[in-house]
Amino acid sequence: MSFTRRDFVRGGVSAFTLGFAAPQFLCDIAQAQGAGSRNLVVIYLSGGNDSLSMLIPYADPSYVSRRPTLNIPAGQVLQIGSDSAGNRLGLHPRLTGLRAMFNQGRLALIQRTGYENSSRSHFTGTDIWSTASPANSQGAGWLGRYLDTIPAPVDPLAAWNTTGQTPHALLANTVSVPAIPNPATYAFGSPNTGSNAVDERTFATRISSHEPVNRPHLAFVNSTAQAAFATLDRVASVAAYAPSVAYPNNGFAQALRAVAGVLARGIGTRVFWVQTGGYDTHSAQNTLNGSYAALMTTLNDGLLAFYTDLSNQGLLSQTLVLQFSEFGRRIQENGSQGTDHGAASVMMAIGGQVRGGIYGTAPNLNPADSSNPTLENGGNDVRYQTDFRSVYSRVIDNWLGGNSASILGGDFRSGAPNIL
Amino acid sequence: MAFPDLEMMHVLRRAAFGARPEELADFSKRGLAETIDEFINFTRVADDVDDKIGTPGYVGTTSNGAFSPSTVINDARQRWLFRMVHSRRPLQEKMALFWHNHFATAYSKVSGNTNALDGTRMMAAKRSEHPGKLQGQLELFREYALGNFRDMLVEVAKDPAMLVWLDGRTNTRRQPQENFGREIMELFTMGVGFYTEPDVYAAARVFTGWNLQRVGSGDDTNGYYQFQYIANNHETTAKDFSFSIYADGSKTIPARSAANGMQDGLDLIEALARHPETGRRLARKLWNFFVSETNQPDEFLIRRLASTYQTSGFSMAAVMQMLLTSRDFLSPANHFTKYSWPAEFVVKSLKEVGHAGFSVNTALTPLANMGQQLFEPPDVAGWDLGRNWFSTGAMLARMNFAATLTANQRFNISEGARGKGPTPEALLTMYLEQLSPATYDRAAYNDLLDYLRTGGTWTGNDAQIGIKAPGLLHLIVGSSEYQFV
Repeated sequence: MSFTRRDFVRGGVSAFTLGFAAPQFLCDIAQAQGAGSRNLVVIYLSGGNDSLSMLIPYADPSYVSRRPTLNIPAGQVLQIGSDSAGNRLGLHPRLTGLRAMFNQGRLALIQRTGYENSSRSHFTGTDIWSTASPANSQGAGWLGRYLDTIPAPVDPLAAWNTTGQTPHALLANTVSVPAIPNPATYAFGSPNTGSNAVDERTFATRISSHEPVNRPHLAFVNSTAQAAFATLDRVASVAAYAPSVAYPNNGFAQALRAVAGVLARGIGTRVFWVQTGGYDTHSAQNTLNGSYAALMTTLNDGLLAFYTDLSNQGLLSQTLVLQFSEFGRRIQENGSQGTDHGAASVMMAIGGQVRGGIYGTAPNLNPADSSNPTLENGGNDVRYQTDFRSVYSRVIDNWLGGNSASILGGDFRSGAPNIL
Repeated sequence: MAFPDLEMMHVLRRAAFGARPEELADFSKRGLAETIDEFINFTRVADDVDDKIGTPGYVGTTSNGAFSPSTVINDARQRWLFRMVHSRRPLQEKMALFWHNHFATAYSKVSGNTNALDGTRMMAAKRSEHPGKLQGQLELFREYALGNFRDMLVEVAKDPAMLVWLDGRTNTRRQPQENFGREIMELFTMGVGFYTEPDVYAAARVFTGWNLQRVGSGDDTNGYYQFQYIANNHETTAKDFSFSIYADGSKTIPARSAANGMQDGLDLIEALARHPETGRRLARKLWNFFVSETNQPDEFLIRRLASTYQTSGFSMAAVMQMLLTSRDFLSPANHFTKYSWPAEFVVKSLKEVGHAGFSVNTALTPLANMGQQLFEPPDVAGWDLGRNWFSTGAMLARMNFAATLTANQRFNISEGARGKGPTPEALLTMYLEQLSPATYDRAAYNDLLDYLRTGGTWTGNDAQIGIKAPGLLHLIVGSSEYQFV
């Protein structure tokens, strides 16, 4: 196979991408690395999700007394039955789409996920969930370490971050993950036009292709530029994607729309990162009709559009959505109709091959019982039951085809919920 | 003076936002010592930069109707960029940017909890622009740019934008609310590892009653929020901490009457300012911002800076004086070892490429795409710095800003380069002296030359210069080398 430099650039490939052993067509790489195969969409609810308002133990005798203004009346929750301990549970009233997924057996709800000595800091907490390492939450993220295990050469679109800055979970040692907040603006501009603009792209690509001597920080920025050049054209093809359903016009839903576009185009991306914020509800949480309800609407409507779009295109069985947040929130509401930082939270998994259902057991919200094993911090916070790393291990081993023990730096398989 | 004056250019990239060629010549003539001295003692220089907005010869602004930076956030963003480009007190603006990241407060929540007018005022109004002499948070950071850190902490704790941002308004006796109490320890002073969870709860109780009152009725457009201690909301019992609060080593803030309860917060702030780790943490943050992100801090210098911080009674001017005159700061080994913040990159490129006829409004969307919308840090921890600025999308945004700027400046660039390119080497040499990228290795340097040579024989005529000069500047400003300061 022969090609000219111009073909190369037009094809979205750089022969000089750092770490590439030899020039090769990206489509070959993409196919070899699993176009049309399984992918993982990680959804981060930033700020610390009040999961007691998302998956509600509405029949707990202490629920209303600890949430005097923030409780959802039992008659308004979307009932989904009981967990294995007999705790009756319901979804937030805005989560109608999620209940439909639950009823189809495609939504798994994993209660009380967390870890020992849960951090109440947004930043430490996010680092811990990102690295899967409560003891030392610096360094590469758990998804980054998975990407590091993909045999080189790694397709620059092996992972796709829909936010502007690379999240800690996707920081890898050898792979640079592109940040593509909007495929339509992910393009290379020029002060000139026509062949002059093409020349600039050619030489910009070349200038960043060299490994600078003794300047690893410069090499890093060069590798970022190279990853950008190597992904431009395939990203442009996603920008033209026409989905089978209408997505809401907000950042979360539009990010999921882009993910659906990548899947529909068979780009071969394995890991996606989608984020939606506003969950740090210290005040005026207004669970039933106000700000928290708006968060649930955004979550539900975006996921429903995505789920329906993928179903329509036969892509649901190759997709796994995994949702988390850096911590749950305090059980007792505070004086400003909000909730402060807490501990364990709820994870969700959605997908065509997910074993839907309710995993784990709800906390007993009674703080007076000092032997209550489901609470911590003097009865103020929900104590974890399922180590979040066991969920990661299940996803790595049973979905991504990796080795969770080596990627997570320990064997967390025991106690993993049987979601896949 | 050596030419180019590499040491001065380094100082100007770090303690200022780079320099126009004529500014560089002026500073070089006066020398390093005088320049740094004037940057630190900036009150000697008139604070007249805002008067220049809208006058010829300066970068432009664009507004809907009258330019109103104390009431319209988009205009506030432009005014700050304008100051970065033109202030004759550049270190003041640099420190304001540092403090904006340190006490990171986002307009979206402040305005979301009030309205766009109040939100902008709380972020950016100057006292002189408001009948109630309301001082926006940015003006607080400018006032205390090199001021007393303890006093600044007190002002930040009373700052209306901060009280909205970290929910101080809803922190009450009956139900203390931890947001501010946590972050003042975790992020504003000593950092994680030096306080306990019970300390957070105690700190929340300490600040109960620190609140806002509305001056003027709700529909009065001159109305505003100002700090008010509401004794009735204060929780009066003693508060125990794990670290010493008072000079005698006592770890307990005593029970006080509600009327005197505001002293709790002043005592805690004093203790946090004095905590040994606060000086060290500030010193390390300043090292990363001014000296290097790729070379580890020199622990001896960090100790000296922390010591100066304590002995000077928390004077940031004393700390910065020591830092900017240290051998580490000036060392060539630390040149170009800081990943530029998007605002630094944008302003440096405006100063070095040119800005005649350019409006800073044009830079606002690119800045957001690069990951730094002013007055909109992603969370209270501020922006993710260093390498984290450089995602692929953000790098493309930087390259594309270079394209936008060079397209906008095509006429000026072509005029400036007319007759300066008898050979490709001559043109490239001129730009490498005018701009300040990190050194290009030979291969990258040759690529720049090959770009000039490609597409036909080099003539250096006006038509060719009109395409190649903007194209070359686009490549330089968009290159990895240019992203370091």
